[in-house]
Order: sequence, then C-alpha cells, then structure tokens
Amino acid sequence: MGSLITGVLEQGMIYAIMSLGVYITYRILDFPDLTVDGSFPLGAAVTAVLIMKGVNPYATLFIATLAGAISGVATGVIHVKFKVRDLLSSIIVMTALYSINLRIAGKANLPLFGEETIFKNSVMDGIFQGGIKPYKTMIIILVVALVGKLLLDAYLITRSGYLLRAVGDNETIVTSLAKDSGKVKIVGLAIANGLVALSGCVMCQQQRFFDISMGTGTMVIGLASVIIGTNIFKNVSKIKATTSVVIGAILYKGCVAAAIELGMSATDMKLITSTLFLIILIATMDRKKKVK
Amino acid sequence: MLELRNIDKYYNLGTINEMCLFKNFNLKVEKGEFIAVIGSNGSGKTSMLNMICGSVQPDAGSIYINGKDITKVKEYKRYETIGRVYQDPSMGTCPSMTILENMSLADNKGKSFNLRFGTNRKRINAYKELLSQLNLGLEDKLHVKVGSLSGGQRQALALLMSTMTPLDFLILDEHTAALDPKTADINMMLTQRFVREKGLTAIMVTHNLRYAVEYGDRLIMMHQGKAIMDLKGEEKQKVGIDHILDKFNEISIEVGNDL
Repeated sequence: MGSLITGVLEQGMIYAIMSLGVYITYRILDFPDLTVDGSFPLGAAVTAVLIMKGVNPYATLFIATLAGAISGVATGVIHVKFKVRDLLSSIIVMTALYSINLRIAGKANLPLFGEETIFKNSVMDGIFQGGIKPYKTMIIILVVALVGKLLLDAYLITRSGYLLRAVGDNETIVTSLAKDSGKVKIVGLAIANGLVALSGCVMCQQQRFFDISMGTGTMVIGLASVIIGTNIFKNVSKIKATTSVVIGAILYKGCVAAAIELGMSATDMKLITSTLFLIILIATMDRKKKVK
Repeated sequence: MLELRNIDKYYNLGTINEMCLFKNFNLKVEKGEFIAVIGSNGSGKTSMLNMICGSVQPDAGSIYINGKDITKVKEYKRYETIGRVYQDPSMGTCPSMTILENMSLADNKGKSFNLRFGTNRKRINAYKELLSQLNLGLEDKLHVKVGSLSGGQRQALALLMSTMTPLDFLILDEHTAALDPKTADINMMLTQRFVREKGLTAIMVTHNLRYAVEYGDRLIMMHQGKAIMDLKGEEKQKVGIDHILDKFNEISIEVGNDL
C-alpha cells in the first residue's frame, strides 16, 4: 500500500508539471494545444539521448525544457503567422514531433539502465540514506514540481504574465495596449510546452526509459488534472489555480491507480484515462464551454 | 491632426454582392476636436473607425496622423497613441483579472511588458484616486474580478483605462449603446470630463441623437459612405435635435427604413 501511494505521488507530481503547461494553454490562452502529446516525449527523447551521451542529468532538465519551448514556438508561429487554426497547427506539430522524436532517440525504445539520473547519482545517494531512502525519488520530483510551479506563479504576476493572462481573456485589449497579441500567444505556448517537456524529462528518468508512445494521451491527462483541480477548489479563492492543478494531477493519477488496483489490466490504461476524463467532464459540466 | 484622404472601400469585391461603401471619402479632424458621428446602420461609421485604427484596410487612399502616413502601419502599433472604447463593455477590460490588475495593465501601456512586477505598489493610491472620479465605489473593490462588475461599471472602467496614458486620439464606438439610460448618461458625462480635462481629440460614434447634439463641438451625419451633414462651432450650437431627426428620417426613407 505504501509503495502504491509513493508511486501515485511520484507519477502524479510528474504529470502535475505537465498539467501546469496545459493549464496555460487551456485555461489562460483558451488554445486547444495538442502539441503536448509530442512535446512530452520530446522532453523524454532529448533527455534519454543526452544521458546516454554522458551529459549531466540536471542539465537535461533545462535542455529538455528549451526543446519543448521550441516546439511550442513552432505551433504558435504556424497559428499566428500563417493563420492556421489553433487546433490544426498543434496537430501539425504533434505529428511532426513523432518523427522528430524518433530521429532524436534513434529508435522507438531507449532504456537507461546503468546511467546516472537526477535520482540516481553519488550525491543524491549520499544525501538520502536510511529511513528517507524510499522517498528519495518522490522528494526530488516534489522539488522539481515545486520550483516549476513557483516560477510559473512568479511569472504570472509580472507585466509579461499580465499580458499573457489578458490575451486569453480578451485579445482586443492586448491590441489596445499596443502589443502584438500573436507574440504573446507564442510566448505562452513556449512556456506551456517547456513545462510539458520538463515533465517528460523527469518521467523518462523516473521510469528509466524513453518510449515513442509515452506521449499518447498526455493532453487528456493534463486536461483532466486541470479540470479536476480547478473545479474542486472553484469556491476557495485562497488557493491559487496552479496549486489546484498540481493537486488535481495527483488526484487523477490516484483514480487511475485505483482502477488498476480494482482489477483493470495495465493495458487498459488509456481506456481508463479517457473514460475517467469523460466522467470528469460530465460531472463538472466543463464541456459546455468548449462546445461551440 | 487626422486626415482621411480619397478613401475607397468596397466589400465583397469582385462578387455579385459587391458593395461600394466609400468612394473618394475625405475627412479632416483638427487637434482637440470632439466629434460626434451619427448615421444609420451600414452608413460606414464603424468602418471609418476601423480604418483609422487599422483593423480594416481601405482599398485606396491614405490615412495621416500628424502629417504621417499610417495607412500601412499595423493595427497594434497604431494603438500606441490611440485609445478605444467599444460598444461591448467586456471588450475594454479583462474579466478574469482584478480591477487593480486591469488598472496596472492600462498604466503600463507604452512601456515594455517585461519581467518586472505587473502591479507597481507605489501606484495603488494613484489608481484609487482615479477610480474615485468615477463615483462608483470601485476604489474599494481593487481586488474584485472585473467579470463580476455590471456592464456600466465595466464601461466606466474601460473608459478610464483607455485614457490613462497620453493619447493622440480617443475612439468611442457606440460606447453607451449597451447601457441602460441612467448608466449611459453617467458614462457620457465621464467621457465629456475626460476628453475636456485631458484635451483629447475624440471621435464618438453614437445612435443617441441627444448625445450627438449636446456633446462635442462638431457633428457629422454619415449616409452611404458620405458625410451628408458636417456642423461645427456656432452652427453646431444652434442646431436642435428636431432638425437632426428630420434629416435622419429623410435618409431612412431613402433606404427604405421608414415605418
């Protein structure tokens, strides 16, 4: 039971980082961004290859984030400069990323067995000894997720962050403020997909392999986490939206784990993921807003 | 100050629905003028505003501000010196952000939107003072989300926000049309005050003939892409609402809008 809970917390917090990215696109920008299904494994692919090449695993956190941000910029530029519809531009990039990820990794599956990761290296092994050893992975993930969340919180109260919130709320006002609303959207997509790729990077190191299909359904998990989180704490104004998204991701992961614990097979994972998402959508009535 | 020179504007060019809205349209606005524009639907009022602001491109002709040709300047660039209040009160504010955050956004217009704090705490008292001019009690609701305000309150806030930074022009696009008569009056008086106190050049499109007669120092009636009435100074002072209404009925009959 204990290991089940640690497992849920570990995976939940990894997905929380990704959900923060989805929160930016879905809630703040109101942009249906499927790029995440490609930028999540992109982060993982970049990480796996760099670690194989002997790059410091902590450096991969930044490099993967940067790679994700570039994919976000690609979606943004296609949408803003070439006036392709938001959903379509993200699908184009997502599809392209499938091949790009394969190119980066060299093959569809890349295991990391002996290599050092952010979890397994001499420094961390030295710090985490004795009683806290089983919680090592969880604590490291918690730190990464917390730093990601706090940085995003800090960004959202800067002038640039205000503009990002304004553009999803009311694009007209950004134009009235003499700012290019397209640029603001591109920045938002870059930050969002940066976070998603960071999440893929941590996931790759936690499960110790990259797999080309690991991104399938990322969008659904992210959306479900955002919707659960923001709906549970809808009437609690003291809790920041980003905090509720993190909690939402852990709760969602808990529900999926419970379903598997109750006898569903691990191969049913995506079925569980999407069914749960549907239930959440119906329960929260969030679907109404999106059906046009 | 502002000049529209030989403007042509067609809609659905090259189709059977082709419609010529403006043919060789000219308009000159002097600095400090407060112009009220009236006219029936489809007379070209909003198209004219949109061409000035850059969201609609004329098919021919040019637009000058302070002698500079801005016809090719991008829409968002033009707003560096233009403020605009829309008919829809939700267009001028951000509903999911608080009053304080909205005021900060407007206050930062013209500055770089970098990684400094979005809200400058030293400015909060100044914001409160500005908000108290509206007499709506908004200065005590700084942390309330704008989405929960009424249409009239939002529009007053939008008006305040659009005039916070130095402007060449204020564009008012039927900004009282969506409000109840009392709230519309309050917003109209605020508009008058802001325009006069700040010495703004303003163009106000309105369907309210009374506002057009009472406010502003120039009155233009548009019809089928032409300014069929253009009254300034004393002429404008003397004209009564009945005269305007008669003229208005005349053009309405012409386009088949009479009862």
